[in-house]
Parts: sequence; structure tokens; C-alpha cells
Amino acid sequence: MTLPIIVAIPFLGAILVSWLGTRGRMLSAYATTFMSFSALMLLLPQAQTVMQGEIVLWRYDWLTSAGLALSFRLDGLGLLFALMILAIGLLVILYARYYLSEKDPMGRFYAYLLFFQGSMLGIVLSEHIIQLLIFWELTSISSFLLISYWRHREDARKGARMALAITGGGGLAMLAGFLLLGEIVGSYELTAILASAEQIREHPWYLPTLVLILLGVFTKSAQFPFHFWLPHAMAAPTPVSAYLHSATMVKAGVFLLARFFPALSYTPEWSWLVGGAGLLTLLIGAYTALFKHDLKGLLAYSTISHLGLITLLFGIGTPLAAVAGVFHIMNHATFKASLFMAAGIIDHEAGTRDMRKLNGLWKYMPYTAVLAMVASAAMAGVPLLNGFLSKEMFFAKTVYLTEEGTIPWLPIMATLAGAFAVAYSLRFIHDVFFNGEPIDLPKTPHEPPRWMKLPVEILVVLCLAVGIFPAWTFGPLWASAASSTLQADLPAYSLSIWHGFNTALAMSLVALIGGIIIYLIRKPLFRWHENSIAHIDARSMFQWLEQKLFGFAAVLNPILHRSSLQRMVAVTMLAAIAVAFAGFWGFGSITGSQPLSPVDPVSLVAALILIGAAIGTVILHRQRFMALLMLSVVGLIVALTFVKFSAPDLALTQLSVEVVTIVLLLLALYFLPSIPPRESGAGRHTRDLVLAGLAGVGAAGLAWAVLTRPYESIAGYFLENSVPGGGGTNVVNVILVDFRGFDTLGEITVLAIAAIGIYALLEGLRLTAPEQDYDGRSWNWDVHPIIPAAFSRLLLPLALLVAIFVLLRGHNLPGGGFIAGLITAVALITQYLANGIEWTKTRMSTGLPPMIGIGLLLATLTGVASWLFGYPFLTTTFTHVHWPLVGEFEVASAMMFDLGVFMVVVGVTLVILLRLGQLHDINRPENVVESEN
Amino acid sequence: MEALIAIVIGVLTASGVYLSLRGRTFPVVLGLTLMSYAVNLFLFVMGRLMIGIPPVIQENATYADPLPQALVLTAIVISFGMTAFVVVLALRARAELGNDHVDGEENH
Repeated sequence: MTLPIIVAIPFLGAILVSWLGTRGRMLSAYATTFMSFSALMLLLPQAQTVMQGEIVLWRYDWLTSAGLALSFRLDGLGLLFALMILAIGLLVILYARYYLSEKDPMGRFYAYLLFFQGSMLGIVLSEHIIQLLIFWELTSISSFLLISYWRHREDARKGARMALAITGGGGLAMLAGFLLLGEIVGSYELTAILASAEQIREHPWYLPTLVLILLGVFTKSAQFPFHFWLPHAMAAPTPVSAYLHSATMVKAGVFLLARFFPALSYTPEWSWLVGGAGLLTLLIGAYTALFKHDLKGLLAYSTISHLGLITLLFGIGTPLAAVAGVFHIMNHATFKASLFMAAGIIDHEAGTRDMRKLNGLWKYMPYTAVLAMVASAAMAGVPLLNGFLSKEMFFAKTVYLTEEGTIPWLPIMATLAGAFAVAYSLRFIHDVFFNGEPIDLPKTPHEPPRWMKLPVEILVVLCLAVGIFPAWTFGPLWASAASSTLQADLPAYSLSIWHGFNTALAMSLVALIGGIIIYLIRKPLFRWHENSIAHIDARSMFQWLEQKLFGFAAVLNPILHRSSLQRMVAVTMLAAIAVAFAGFWGFGSITGSQPLSPVDPVSLVAALILIGAAIGTVILHRQRFMALLMLSVVGLIVALTFVKFSAPDLALTQLSVEVVTIVLLLLALYFLPSIPPRESGAGRHTRDLVLAGLAGVGAAGLAWAVLTRPYESIAGYFLENSVPGGGGTNVVNVILVDFRGFDTLGEITVLAIAAIGIYALLEGLRLTAPEQDYDGRSWNWDVHPIIPAAFSRLLLPLALLVAIFVLLRGHNLPGGGFIAGLITAVALITQYLANGIEWTKTRMSTGLPPMIGIGLLLATLTGVASWLFGYPFLTTTFTHVHWPLVGEFEVASAMMFDLGVFMVVVGVTLVILLRLGQLHDINRPENVVESEN
Repeated sequence: MEALIAIVIGVLTASGVYLSLRGRTFPVVLGLTLMSYAVNLFLFVMGRLMIGIPPVIQENATYADPLPQALVLTAIVISFGMTAFVVVLALRARAELGNDHVDGEENH
């Protein structure tokens, strides 16, 4: 249970801190520290278990049928990363407290940071790969927020967008890869995947799976050709860069390489793809870093280059190389985080990061200079520092490959990259701290506050400690991480500073001297670079692509979307008709084998009336009142159709809905222009007639095709179990309130939402009411005629009685909550129609909206009640009751549910109609109000 | 009888589609109502044309299919909710935009 809590803490913290941020800057900083620290404290007790080689697993089954579960895993590799994420996170939190200026909202910063931290922890602690991917995408989103933290700056917004586009796109590819992997293995659990290496490698889908997963890895870890987003992400505040680009975000990609190393590697495809991308990235990054004038730009390309180195190590594919890769992940995180922080301090205290202006800072900030020097020496791979050890291992691996005879030129490449690393590290130190005097600095540089240096100091001390006593410091942690990476016992390795005079040491020496030479001849080199390669820019290609895409969208958009609903409906109809007719293709004969039933004269007449009324509605649609009358005829015949074909429930529902619909439309007609202008041209009429004709022919054809074919139903179950299982003989009602009660609950919720929407739409609505009808007669505001008023009052109790009767018998005979609700609504509406709103309002409660809520609640509670008895949601029970005079009958708990349905239907219908009706009173012309009484 | 029902569904669909393509809100509402009749009928007759055997358990052995009926019953009520919403939306649009054209502006 500890694992999900560790992951959850930062997320909860993010919410807490964003709230605290409004109450005080320091408060949010303390809360963030506390949250990260408690996650770390929860993690540490687990470390002991994990370092002994055990794997901590935690799972909660969710959708087992889809293979989805919430499951976490802590092994050596996960532990190493989780420790880095939390420990460096804490240092970054402390550092950011001093880095952010008064103007920057601190709560927001820390909230994003915690959000990101939680996502990273989720990646490294996930056992289920789909879950891993969700966290993966969360890091893309949270890093987008972090990079664009200074959202007033255009470069920050653009850089963030680019990072999101690239890493998000890679994430999509990876999702596809994970799905393939899950299909191959038959499980999304890492344990199963790591155990089925043979099966994966021999599967025909191996290559596509590998490529898709690598796309995700390469985009995240900024591997060539996707490396260009990383330098632009430097627009982020420096604490963000220190965090994202040392220990976390970009390491997520190489983390996956390590994670899937046992399952996917040891094939030529792996070696070429991973090794190739790694080598290219290593060289391009190291070369470009030298020519960057921006401090953070230099560090960004250096990061790219080191990520390339790690990728290349995994690409080499031997267990020892992978072990070295894990080692370099740790080392790079420590020295790169401290370098970014140092760069941030310089930027903060000197006001610029441009190395052409920053010179001779040694005089102003000697202490920071020493820290930066040690860290960049580690970056260059100078002996006695951690960077040296892993670089030495890397060189040794390239030599090993040469001895194997596979790639003879690899050591040369490696040495070249090493030389450039020395050169750019040298530039970082020499250009900034020496090399003359500062030029036009915005402010006079000085040492930073005490606590701002502390995180850098800690990291630099770590660089030294690991560099001098590797086996004593991180030896055990690294060993457990490395063995869980390999999923096997570690091969023989030696963690010491001195391995004797060997080729690797010679390469280191050559790189060191070569780097110094490169730095010495930098001036002609810079000129050459400016005139040649500097113009090749992956970013401009991305922007070109982006612009083309936007351009394409701009061309496509007006064609598909003309901001005309009429046209959109036509396009949609056309598409629907095309798809439907495609279904008929190759269908064979439309007419099936089933014998037809005879037509009786009454049905024929009814059908003719319906067809006439439907066409009449169309022809008369400009005479709105007539069209409405025609429409009501259609509705009535449809209700009769339900009667004819054995559906009494439907007929009752249709009839009562018909009444409320017509009242509703009549009310609406009052406010709509009574004589609509003629507008459609002949072309549009023809087009619409063709579309309508096609749709009609299609619908008729489909109905005919189905009706003339044999019939199979799944209704048998419902018919058999309705009485024994549901306690009701009216199967339709039992389905509604029992078998499919959950659906009905959803449906009345939709109704309630529609009513709320209508309520909101009518709020504050002001419409001009007509003073005349379209024949020029002035509107009649007479008192309500006495005869209907009297009759309606007499009718009310009877109608309500019928409604209750229908509600109660609904479980056994046609009726039920829907129908009873509609009957009640009609009965009440009649009062309003016959007696007027004013009269009725004084005599009837208007508290209708709560009724909808109560009804919903009642229906839900009926469902929840079955939990109390240990049954699933909405299980019904029933019993036999003897009622004097009425006799023996069954009472089912579903009746309470039906009562809820009833209340919702009454509430919704009345709310809609009354609100519309009240509109009439509000908007009636001023001069006629008097005459009403 | 099957042909008759098919024709009725076809005519209702065609009328509904034609009206929903009109430019003013009121005919569109009428069109949607006609279309929901068509859809409800279509769904309903998927249980075939059974005469005189409602799905209420009695002594007889055959019943009409209750499943499409249960589906259509809620569909009828929901279509009412939808029609009401569209009508009120049309009123609001008229109040805000000053006309009753579906595109929100005249002379399209």
C-alpha cells in the first residue's frame, strides 16, 4: 500500500500547494518540501527490502476483463530513479525558493513541480505499462506547464508547445507499441513482459513494436532527430531545467530503455536503432554544445550528448554496457543538476547567460566558481570525479566492440565526442570565470544567498564522493538497480578508479588533450561553424512542418466548416446516407424470405392519413400553426400503431408525450416570427429533396429488409424471469425498473439535465411578444373561458387518481412511472391552460425543481439500498401483500424506483412548460395587462 | 403490412430530413420530431409486427418482444426532453441574435 501512497502524495501536494500559494509564498514552499520529504521518508524503509533483491508489488484489480489494473512495482531500478526524483526534487525546491522573484507566483510553480514529480514517480513505479503510459503523458503535460511557467514570454510558450508536440506525439506512438507488446505477451504487467523475452523477439510484430516504443523513448530523451525540443525548453525557469533535464523528464526515456532492456534487446534491430540514434546524438550534441553562447544552451546540448551516450551504451547491448548506462544515468543527474543550478546562480546574480558578456566572474563569485568547476570537470570526465568513471566504462565498451570486430571505428567516434565534451566544459569554466573582464553586465555580480548554494554544494560533494569512493557510496544502490535492469545476476565488473594502463585510459587522455586543443583553436572553429553548419537547424524544419500543417488546416477548415448549421447538417446527412448505403453494397436481395402479413383496411387508412399528415407538415411548414396541427396528427397515428402492434405501454407514453409536446410547441410559436420569409432558392430545395428522398428510401429499405427476414430475439430471458425474478407481469416495466434499471436511472438523469439546461436558458430571457397574429387580428387577452375552466377543475382529481392507478399497476399491467408522470403533468398543465398561470400559481406549490432532485435521489437510493443487503446496485426484491378490498398483490422495491421516475418526469415536464408559460406573462405587451382582470 | 410500415418509416424519415435542412428554427424542430417518430417506429418494429400479444405475462405462450418496447419507451420521453431543449435554445437564440435563422444571421 505504500507505493500508491508515495505516488499519490505529490499529486495531493500539488492541489494543496496551489491553494496555499494564494495565502503566502513561504507557506507553499514549506508545504512542497514537506510533501516531497514525506514521500521520500515512505520510500526509504522500502529500500532495504529492495536492495536485497526483492521486488515490492502492489495491485488493485480494476477491469480484469480488459486486463486493466492499478499496479505498482518497486525494484532496484525503480528505487534508484525514485530516489533521484525525490532527492534532487528536494534540492530543486530549496533552490527555487531563492531563484524565483517576487513577481513570480510561487504557489503555481510548486504546484506544477509537484504535479510533475508525481507523474515521474508514477512512471518509475508502475508495474502496468498502460498505467505507466498515463503517467508518461502526465509528465508531458506537467512539463509543458513548467516550461511555459513564464507565460508572458513568447519563447517560453513556443518552447513549451514544441516540447508538448514532440513528446506527446512520441507518447502516442509508444501507446501503440505498448498495445502491441501487450498483445504479444498477453499481459500488460511488467513481470510477465520481462519474463517473455524470447516470445517477444521471435514474434513477427517485434520490429513495429520496437520502433513504436523507441519513438516514445527518443522523443522524450531528446535523441536525434527529435533532439531539438530540448534547447527550446530552456526558456523555463532554471530550477525547472535543473530538474527536468538532469534527473527526471529526459531520463524517463532512458529509464524505459533500461526497463525494457531484458525484453527487447539482444537483437541486431535493437543495436542498430538504439545504438545508431545514441551515437549520432552523442556526436551532434557534443559538437553543437561548444558553439552555444548561451550558458543554458551549452548545458542543453551537453545534456543531449550525454543522453546519447547513455542510449548508445544500451544500444551496444551487452549486459556490462547496460550496467554502465545505469551508472552514467546517476552520475549525469548529479553533475548536470548542479551545473544547471550554477548557471542559474550566474544568470540570477549577473543578469545574463550570454558567454560573450560573462567573463572574469572569478573575482566576483569565487565560491560559485569552484563549485561550477568541479561539476564541469565531472562533465568533462576528469579523473577523481564520477563522470570519469562512467565515461571510462563507456570507452572500455567501445573498445570491446572493436575487439569483437563489429564496429572498428566506434572508439574513434567515442574519443571525438569525449574531446568535444572536454572542450565545451572548458569553455563553460574559462569563458565565464576567466577570459578577461565582464562586458556590459546588467548588474554587478556577487555571491548568491547562503541557502541557494547549498543544493549545489551537496551535489558537487556527491560528484566527488562517487568519483573517489565509488564502491562505498553508491555501489550497493547501483548494483541493485543494475541487476534489476538486467533481470539477472550482475556480470563481473570492477568499480574502482584505477584499472591500470589500458586502451580506455589512453582514450581518456587523448580526449582530454584533444579537448584542450579544440578549445585553443576555437576562434577559427567558431568562424567556420558560423559560415557552414550553423544554418542547419532541426527547429526550423519543425516550424516549417508546423506551418504547413496549420496552412493545410486553414485550407481544409472553410471547406468543411462554413459556420452555417444548415450546410453542416446537409454534409452530415450526406455522410450518413453514404455510409448507410455502403452497407447495402453486396447485400444481395433486399427482400427476405419471411412470409408477409396481410394489410387490413383500417391500417391502410391510418397509414395513408399518417403519410398525408407528414407530407402536409412539410408542405405547410411556413404556416407554422397548420404545420403543428399536422404534426399532432402524425403523433396520434404513431400512438395508434403502437396499440395495433401489441405495445400498450408505448401507446400510452406516446399519447401523453404528444399532448405535452404540442403544448410546448404552441407556447414556443408565440415567440417565433409567425410569417417566416421565403428564402431557400430552387437549387437548395432540389438538393434537400434529393437528400430527404435518399434518406427515406434508405430507411424504408432497411426496415423492409429487416421485416422480411427471420426473427431471433434475446427477449426469452426477460419473459421467463419477469415474474419469478422481478415480481411483475408487465415485462416492459420490469425491464425498465429492474433488469435495465441502471439505464433508466441514466435516462431520467438526462431528463433532469435537460430541464436544468432549459431553466438556465430561460433565465433572464426577454422576448418581444407579438401584438397581432399573422392575419392582422390583435391578440386576445380575454379572461379564461368559464366552461373549460370549470371542467378542468372537476377533471383534476379524476386525472390524478388515474395517474396513481397507472403508477401502481405499472409493474403488472401497462403503466408505470413514465406514463403516470406524463398523465399527472398533463392534468396539471390543463389547469394552467384553462385557468391561467396567475390563478393556478396561488393554488399550487411552485417548488417543482426540487421535485426533480428528490425523484433522482429516491431512484438512486432505491438502488443503493440493495447494497445494505449485500446485493449489487439496483437489485430488487418483492413480496406478496394482502390489501383489503383490492386483494392479494405483489409489492416490489422497484416500485420505489418507479416513484422516483414518476417524480422526475412530472418535475421535468412541468418545469419546462411552466417556465415557458411564465415567459408569456412577463413579456406580454404593456397595454393589454390592464384588461386581463 | 410490412411494406406499409416500411413506407411509413421512409416517408417520416424523408419529411424529417427535409425539414431539418430548412433555415428557420421552427421547421427544424418539427423535422427533428418527425425524425424521432421515424426512429422510434423503426426501433419498435425490430421486434416484428405482432398483433394482440402484448408482453404482459398471462396464460398464453407467445408475447411480443418487450425489449424494443422498453427501449422505445424511454426514447419517447427523452425525445420530448430533447425537443424541449431545442425549442428553448431556439427562443434564446432569437432573443440574443434577433432572428430565428439556424445560422444565427439572416441571408445565408
